[in-house]
Amino acid sequence: MSKRLTSFGPINSIARTEETHPLTWRLRDDGEPVWLDEYQQKNGYAAARKALTDMAQADIVQQVKDSGLKGRGGAGFPTGVKWGLMPADESLNIRYLLCNADEMEPNTWKDRMLMEQLPHLLVEGMLISARALKAYRGYIFLRGEYVDAARNLNRAIDEAKAAGLLGKNILGSGFDFELFVHTGAGRYICGEETALINSLEGRRANPRSKPPFPAAVGVWGKPTCVNNVETLCNVPAIVGNGIDWYKSLAREGSEDHGTKLMGFSGKVKNPGIWELPFGVTARELFEDYAGGMRDGFTLKAWQPGGAGTGFLLPEHLEAQMYAGGIGKVGTRMGTGLALAIDDSVNMVSLLRNMEEFFARESCGWCTPCRDGLPWSVKILRALELKQGTTEDIQTLLGLVNFLGPGKTFCAHAPGAVEPLGSAIKYFREEFEAGVVRAPVEPRPTVVETPI
Amino acid sequence: MSNAALIQTDRFQLSETERSSIEHEMHHYEDPRAASIEALKIVQKERGWVPDGAIYAIADVLGIPASDVEGVATFYSQIFRVPVGRHIIRVCDSMTCFIGGHESILESVKSQLGIVPGQTTADGRFTLLPVCCLGNCDKAPAMMIDDDTFGDVRADGVAGLLEAYS
Repeated sequence: MSKRLTSFGPINSIARTEETHPLTWRLRDDGEPVWLDEYQQKNGYAAARKALTDMAQADIVQQVKDSGLKGRGGAGFPTGVKWGLMPADESLNIRYLLCNADEMEPNTWKDRMLMEQLPHLLVEGMLISARALKAYRGYIFLRGEYVDAARNLNRAIDEAKAAGLLGKNILGSGFDFELFVHTGAGRYICGEETALINSLEGRRANPRSKPPFPAAVGVWGKPTCVNNVETLCNVPAIVGNGIDWYKSLAREGSEDHGTKLMGFSGKVKNPGIWELPFGVTARELFEDYAGGMRDGFTLKAWQPGGAGTGFLLPEHLEAQMYAGGIGKVGTRMGTGLALAIDDSVNMVSLLRNMEEFFARESCGWCTPCRDGLPWSVKILRALELKQGTTEDIQTLLGLVNFLGPGKTFCAHAPGAVEPLGSAIKYFREEFEAGVVRAPVEPRPTVVETPI
Repeated sequence: MSNAALIQTDRFQLSETERSSIEHEMHHYEDPRAASIEALKIVQKERGWVPDGAIYAIADVLGIPASDVEGVATFYSQIFRVPVGRHIIRVCDSMTCFIGGHESILESVKSQLGIVPGQTTADGRFTLLPVCCLGNCDKAPAMMIDDDTFGDVRADGVAGLLEAYS
């Protein structure tokens, strides 16, 4: 059993180059953090220098827009478009840049690697982004359990301040930016961007109604942009190397550009994360990088990117890893860190575990989520114990519908039912195996489920 | 934990360190309210948990209603409104750790300490809690004891891990 966890699978030992691995080429072989001196020796803050001294603010926004960079937190919203929503009105001069580092999505551990090992990459990404968005202050909203990341980020911020890379008149450009690490106190819902804003303001992390979007009314009512850690870490290379280079990275057939931290875990031979170009096939990720299943286990299903994405079958491994490629086979790419479900896992038990998580982490604000998720847990527990009734599967499918996209206040419940719906679709017999009796009182009438 | 421990008759006062740390945090934000979660964490770091009196004291420093501070304190899972053990055990219950066998880890902790998640041992040594994915998915199952994270935990290795925390 290992204590200090510095490695993330083999990411520190595979071949990486500046041209092909913009996020990870600076990683050290020993997995230790890259501090300021080493980061600058490896061309660090060169992009920030370029952005602050040679580029107009609007040009940075345009470059990020033209690069096609999309959010890496799971939803995949185009970053340049989000940036473009910030008000043009110059009199709104108090603006905030928030980094969403509240990484709690089950099976997601890419931001932790970036923050622990390359804290200056995030600081540089935020500096350039803040300049583009005219933000005078930034906060990294970090989950409380990531104690190593908090320590490393705070040290990196101190180093950057001492070197004049944060603070007043950065690099002689006249631009001021200060950056703080804000650590959370638990609750998965803090990762929802408007809940994150409420939490940062010192309130309960209930999501806010959109519109108004954070770009118009964000933290303390001011224009605010919230970006994921990995998204912000892409910015320095885009600014430094240009969009032609960035657009040459992805594989043929991919509509998304650049590279992505992708992973495979579960009972695979070689669990880990790797920086790979968009468009690699899931099979390549699974077989060539993760080494396929461990001896004695076979692949039964897989999930492309976190608990909120649907299950896929082994035949879907031919899909290319990018939003549209995974969309074609029926779900979302999410965070791109895939999970292998082996043949020893019962889908009802797995879903029970997942829905327990989603039910516990519901903020309780809207009724479908607050009441629907514990209901699904109750049914799944009954099916797991072979005490289910003939109506249970229909009730679960009803919940998949009632908690689906557009019917709840935020994306928490839709994310919770997406894997449930796909598990029933592909493995219905495992759910049926838990049905042993008719309900005690059969329903008098069948209620049509409204769409 | 006996009910006697929950009855707080003494007048609560923030220590000088607590008060100055909270005031320092307030300056990082446009609005003092934003320091409420950090203020609760500061008190909890000193005392292990957040007594009733601290809610009023924090509200006073931040200039916001005590009900708002209590609302925040009871919302976040890592703020403790009852006394907890000297060490907090957090067993990751994500689906990755589920596949990795986290339920056997949980069973091992439960049987050795005689507590279920949410409870504290009678000697006040350990509190057991569930936690969202700890982000150690290549080393599932994972658990945390205080600020230390352990990966590739085996049920028969739990006793050895607990030993180091007295």
